[in-house]
Amino acid sequence: MPCFEVGDSSPIPSLPERISRKGDPPVSKLTSMREAIAELVHDGDSVAIEGFTHLICFAAGHEIIRQRKRDLVLCRLTPDLIYDQMVAAGCARKLIFSYLGNPGVGSLHAIRRAVEKEVPKPLELEEYTHFGMVARYIAGAAGLPFYPVRTFAGSDLPRVNPLIRQVEDPYGGGTVFVVPPLHPDVTIIHAQRADAAGNAQIWGLIGVQVEAAFAAQRVIVVAEEIVDEAIIRADPNRTVIPALIVDAVVHEPFGAHPSYAQGYYDRDTETYIAWDTISREHETLMQWLDEWVYGLSGRAEYVEKLGSQVWQRLKPGDAWSGQVNYGRYC
Amino acid sequence: MNDYTASEMMIVAAARALADAKVVFVGIGLPNIACNLAQRTVAPHLALIYESGVYGARPSRLPLSIGDPCLVSGAIGVMPMPQLLQYYLQRGLIDVGFLGSAQIDRYGNLNTTVIGDYRRPKVRLPGSGGACEIALMCRRVLIITRLSRRTFVERLDFVTSPGFLEGGEARIRLGCCGEGPAAVITDMGIFRFDNVTREMFLASLYPGCTVEDVQERVSWPLRIADELEIITPPTEGELRILRQELDPAGRLRM
Repeated sequence: MPCFEVGDSSPIPSLPERISRKGDPPVSKLTSMREAIAELVHDGDSVAIEGFTHLICFAAGHEIIRQRKRDLVLCRLTPDLIYDQMVAAGCARKLIFSYLGNPGVGSLHAIRRAVEKEVPKPLELEEYTHFGMVARYIAGAAGLPFYPVRTFAGSDLPRVNPLIRQVEDPYGGGTVFVVPPLHPDVTIIHAQRADAAGNAQIWGLIGVQVEAAFAAQRVIVVAEEIVDEAIIRADPNRTVIPALIVDAVVHEPFGAHPSYAQGYYDRDTETYIAWDTISREHETLMQWLDEWVYGLSGRAEYVEKLGSQVWQRLKPGDAWSGQVNYGRYC
Repeated sequence: MNDYTASEMMIVAAARALADAKVVFVGIGLPNIACNLAQRTVAPHLALIYESGVYGARPSRLPLSIGDPCLVSGAIGVMPMPQLLQYYLQRGLIDVGFLGSAQIDRYGNLNTTVIGDYRRPKVRLPGSGGACEIALMCRRVLIITRLSRRTFVERLDFVTSPGFLEGGEARIRLGCCGEGPAAVITDMGIFRFDNVTREMFLASLYPGCTVEDVQERVSWPLRIADELEIITPPTEGELRILRQELDPAGRLRM
């Protein structure tokens, strides 16, 4: 099914169905990245690999490229390098987004080529502001028909995106802009740690991952570390995704590079800057994909190929949080 | 003769404009370096808020992106984006929004979306990101951009983030909570906005710059303040922080 279209009356399965499908009591959903993508991402799906600058799961994006998935509707606030690579590889037919840049560096050249010159093929755009995208995920996660926002007024965006509409406030406050829910077929979340059932904990920037996961039909959790359920239970405030909505769990250390995992490895700004040169021409970009995606079997080989010097450079110093006392109540 | 660049003067002027601000919403690029300079000079208690979900950041290095890990470590608060955008920004708690732009018109409307037609763009720009809501919801908006006829245009190809729309009362009729653009800080001088017509006028010049220099780089006939202020050049302290701490590689200040 393509992404949510207006007029689609049942864009998301009912809750009981979701719960029964995803397994209770807790069972291990650990699998390989190859199997998770093969089983849960299909041609034509809408896919959200979320994470605002932080925890962008490049490992999953690369596996989607390797498996040559086609006609995907890619959803993300900031398409970033990962969707630039997926668009260049020919995986996408449409982008739902709010900021199309290489932050602090410049353009996403592959996406620009698709939009401006239809290379390698045309790319449809559905564009919002950050708040508009966030509101679409909120509506999706909360099971609402639309969500009101005080942005868009005076902007040309509603003129070019007919899904941004206005309704009358039933309490007499005038008109207000609304956006429809976004229900990705698959949301992929990268986390610092998760247990085998998919209970995932994140610290640092949380972005819109929680909403993107709850809005989705299927959820893949990818984690730097797989931990015992007891570790999760010892710090429940840090849990952002419950196993309840998770279909597969993948252990993929360094899976977010050149994005980052707070406390694990730094954002590789050198790679983000270098991408500006690599991606200027379609041919050099395709050579890069040959070397770093198609030519490798998976993330473990990527990590090894990148080499220990890079990982040493990206290793942060320590800054531990203080501990809190949850109390024991017998 | 001058031992500083036009960009350095612009960043310093932008930082000084934050002297009385409490909370500033920081955009990417030049706003980012200006806000970080302000926190190290005129406004040590300035709370930096980033759309990535950080409130009260105290970054130890200049972040390349607005989602850098250095914004998190040592911040007052880190939260999901829905919370930040709704309870802080939409609720009206932010004094100043700081934005850059590819195109700007005389009423401070901004285009960061496309050059040319939206469906068949000559140049596809990044789009809004958070700029549209920042422009609408922050109490006042500061704009920082370099002067050129390609940037200061008669008519925008696309309105991404509204300033005063067609001027006069137009923005008030929108019913949004922020007052709109307060100043445009460029590499030659600073514009402010007329209280009635809402058209921008040249309010101050940097040392060595002339009205003619500015007019040459603006597509419409400029309005000019009766008494043009000349801005004090960057101090040694401001330049030292800019060059040694914030931008040692010189990516933004050249």
